[in-house]
Amino acid sequence: MGTVVSFDVPDWAGHDAGSGAVLDGVVQWLHWVDATFSPYRDDSEVSRFGRGSLALADCAPEMAEVLAACAEVSALSGGYFTAWPGGRFDPSGYVKGWAIERAAAMLTAAGSAEHSVNGGGDIQCVGDRGPGQAWRVGITDPLRPGSLALVVTGQDFAVATSGVAERGAHIVNPHTGQPAAGLASLTVVGARLAATDAYATAAFAMGPGARDWVEGLDGYEAFAITPGGQVWQTSGFRAYLASA
Amino acid sequence: MRRVILAVTGTIAGLVALLSFKAHVPTVPVAATTGTGGGSSTSSSSSAARTIPGEFQSVAGTLTPGETTVTSKVATTVYGPVQIELVVKSHKIVKVAVLEQPTNTIHDIQIGEFAFPKLISETLTAQNAKVDAVSGASYTSAGYIASLQSAVDHGL
Repeated sequence: MGTVVSFDVPDWAGHDAGSGAVLDGVVQWLHWVDATFSPYRDDSEVSRFGRGSLALADCAPEMAEVLAACAEVSALSGGYFTAWPGGRFDPSGYVKGWAIERAAAMLTAAGSAEHSVNGGGDIQCVGDRGPGQAWRVGITDPLRPGSLALVVTGQDFAVATSGVAERGAHIVNPHTGQPAAGLASLTVVGARLAATDAYATAAFAMGPGARDWVEGLDGYEAFAITPGGQVWQTSGFRAYLASA
Repeated sequence: MRRVILAVTGTIAGLVALLSFKAHVPTVPVAATTGTGGGSSTSSSSSAARTIPGEFQSVAGTLTPGETTVTSKVATTVYGPVQIELVVKSHKIVKVAVLEQPTNTIHDIQIGEFAFPKLISETLTAQNAKVDAVSGASYTSAGYIASLQSAVDHGL
């Protein structure tokens, strides 16, 4: 169950972070993340740790970092986010956004001040798209495949969407054990993708309660589409709406 | 502003045409009023009018600098009054709000739930050709091939 990561490194900025060597390093690291954290691989550290056959101390140090972050989001969301869906250790809901955010940071470290990285529909934007030009991120309409519901813009921001359009009802409400069905899709916008993506997953599982929850999160805004086609957004979301 | 006005007309025409497709005509007393252009929601004495909090409200009070609202006249249809509000910035529509629509019958409600969002979405999509990335429900490697992000990556 892999996905595709797209890198967008504008060439106006005058650096070589978009060069083959730098991107190769980032891609290689992403493959390491997949090998280490994939719950679909029997021999990954996640699978072995989950089975109890590998101690945390023997895992890569990133495992402890991911575990701590998952516990934090789980507590913040009242248990709507969990690294143990269905009782099996699977921190994918956090790892993907975290890996994309870190991949973007690796490009920053290589000298790029402007780039975006999109992993399976979850995006970290760094800097601007061009001189005085904000990034434009389209949000797909789950009820009309191939169409956009709206466009958000910004600089140094992350966009994550949870929904049923691509892989069906795959997000389970941890409190009921049933697939979350209250929303068709929910998008969270924030500064950094790791938390933004995890919050989107938690909020989607909440369904109708998501609006109030995200409203209470400092620095995060949400937009949602219901199965019936109604939309709602948190009070600060319109600051991200495309206007030019 | 010429384009904007044309867009408004087009949308209204679309809404009216859509509402006119219904086969059975209920007898709805309609008292149409005209929007003031100031963005305030115009209420109607028709029993068909309803304002749904959070979904069918004027957004005129929450504009950012450079944005203006254009409020349509109330389009009188046989099913009841319809009024929309556009938020415009730099000659582009950035938001569409439905201020008023008939909600007399289950069909009216279905139109509100399916057709209006579809028209709003189409209004926005038509203008939003240029995006740098696309966010949606997580796609797999297979799903990527058919995704809008794939189209963006390939410069489509």
